[in-house]
Amino acid sequence: MRENKTIQVRRNSRRILTTTAVAAVLGVAVSACGASNETADTAATKTGGLSGTLNGAGSSAQQAAQDAWRSAFQQANSGVTINYDPSGSGAGREQFISGGSDFAGSDSALDASAGEIAGAKKRCGADAIEVPDYVSPIAVVYNVPGVSDLKLDAKTLAEIFAGKITTWDDPAIAALNKGKLPSTRITPVHRSDSSGTTDNFTDYLHQAGQGAWTAEHSSDWPLKSGEGANQTSGMVAAVKAGAGTIAYVDNSQAGDLQVASIKVGKAYVKPSAAGAAKALSVSPLEKGRPASDMAVAVDRATTEPGAYPLMLTSYLIACPTYSADKVDLVKGYLASIVSAAGQQAAAQAAGSAPLPANLQKQAADLIDSIKAS
Amino acid sequence: MSSNVLTRSTGQRPGDRVFTGTTRTAGAIILAALAGVVVFLTVEGIPALKAGPLDLRGHDNIVAYLWPLVFGTVLAAFLAMVVATPLSIGVALAASHFAPRPIGRIIGYLIDLLAAIPSVVYGLWGIGVLGPHLVPVYRWLGEHLSWLPFFAGPVSPTGRTILTAALVLAIMVLPIVTAIAREIFIQTPPLQEEAALALGATRWEMVRMAVLPHARSGLVSAVMLGLGRALGETMAVAMVLSATGVITFDLTSSTNPSTIAANIALNFPESSGLSVNALIASGLVLFALTFLVNAAARAVVASSARSNRR
Repeated sequence: MRENKTIQVRRNSRRILTTTAVAAVLGVAVSACGASNETADTAATKTGGLSGTLNGAGSSAQQAAQDAWRSAFQQANSGVTINYDPSGSGAGREQFISGGSDFAGSDSALDASAGEIAGAKKRCGADAIEVPDYVSPIAVVYNVPGVSDLKLDAKTLAEIFAGKITTWDDPAIAALNKGKLPSTRITPVHRSDSSGTTDNFTDYLHQAGQGAWTAEHSSDWPLKSGEGANQTSGMVAAVKAGAGTIAYVDNSQAGDLQVASIKVGKAYVKPSAAGAAKALSVSPLEKGRPASDMAVAVDRATTEPGAYPLMLTSYLIACPTYSADKVDLVKGYLASIVSAAGQQAAAQAAGSAPLPANLQKQAADLIDSIKAS
Repeated sequence: MSSNVLTRSTGQRPGDRVFTGTTRTAGAIILAALAGVVVFLTVEGIPALKAGPLDLRGHDNIVAYLWPLVFGTVLAAFLAMVVATPLSIGVALAASHFAPRPIGRIIGYLIDLLAAIPSVVYGLWGIGVLGPHLVPVYRWLGEHLSWLPFFAGPVSPTGRTILTAALVLAIMVLPIVTAIAREIFIQTPPLQEEAALALGATRWEMVRMAVLPHARSGLVSAVMLGLGRALGETMAVAMVLSATGVITFDLTSSTNPSTIAANIALNFPESSGLSVNALIASGLVLFALTFLVNAAARAVVASSARSNRR
């Protein structure tokens, strides 16, 4: 009896499996048809002068913007394929230096002390070109019932994330905010994966925190306290779920969470694309780097009115010379990225801040200097 | 009968030869794949021995880096099995011996369905539903049992603790252990069951005297298979667990040890150079850990089979 039943069950499940498999195959076939139609359409309607394939890799923060840039450029030039592998900034730089990609996107500039500037020079045969292409404000988000307009300065923020301030009604926070604060315990949330957002956030705490943050900037959270969350979505979920939490996320991902204002000079500033661009424009370029390297030493402690110095700056890294068959393609794509239209497209697709005019011109000039080898 | 004799006398038929070839190839591929994994993990993992604090997220050497991960992996898997094992055996017994036949079968199907849910969905459920709903429980534990080191607190306000992760893991291994346990319970010889009942045993006594002893070695395999899943589960843990790299037995606070698999998933995307080697070395440790667990399980099964025969 039992054995018979088992066989019956197996037969049934096999029939179900076959049906599912058939459905799956049909589904793939149908969607494949759709995809090929689409390509045919765009190829038929748009024509452009360039052709070839370009491979880039690096920052995952740039991914949404790169997608927008790629699709616009590929639509304008039907023969072009541009690949961008969001494998992470470190991997992107490494791959570029080893010659595995044509360009790299990176949330931090080439590291001189790790020999990356020399490595890139060796790969390119001359000093590599490095230009900022993606600027994005980082929002400090929180979930404290009854508190809607939180104001913080960098020192207090650093002490909160270092675990020195442990309750929301701490005198240090009360001194900056009017109204009653609850005695809820503070749970600072940080990224448990390695991230450019963490790198820029810890740089802000370190530079502007007046000694309250002792660790240097780093992509990995340096402390063992607080709560860890996986990627931006995990941070947002943790803040939504837990009362008393505070976290830092890319401003475009803050959604309906409460966003804190941070003190710049005498005023309190909310994150905005304009504020981030302003902070970038008042920051000097890093000293002691090649002329083709536009690494910005972001002045996190700036007192410029309206500036929002808590932001992520991401770079494009490329060579000054390319082989004759590639040079126009590289030049064309990179120029379209830093162009006013390209920056605007990224702002729409990813909520980033368009480059300030002075930096944009400088970047465009550098890219224009790319020659055939 | 006659065909058997014929086969022997004329050697192998084409079908036999194809079958032999297929099974041999399949076996060889498994061995080759396993050997390939070991070679890859070892060759790529060894450079991590000379990795410094820059490559190891601030840890001085590879041992200091791996130890909290091994601790977290074992702790989470152990907690998960503590919850899942009695639950699975109970569900399997209910499905095989206690519930009416049709209901038992439905329970079986439903449990099997649990295995079809992707771990990302378990992760989302853990963050969005289970975690927040456990917060009041954790808070109560923190208030009344904080003298126990397990509930010392401070209590996590999001519920993303190692205990929550272990409960999610427990639900994930439940279908594996239950399905195997049910199959084994069903295979108890009916004569033995009927003999026990005829001697006046109650249903529970029959299960204890006839079913469980018969199923013992199979149950060990089932639990070990589930433990393997709990040790290696990646995505759900990476999403649910608030990992900060500490070593603690506190089960309800925001600071928890990470697990090896979750740590690889979290940090591989932004790793380069020696830190990739360090992650692969941690993979080797996980592989060795799983291998040891499996070997121990085989030893247990073998010895219990021997004592059964006596």
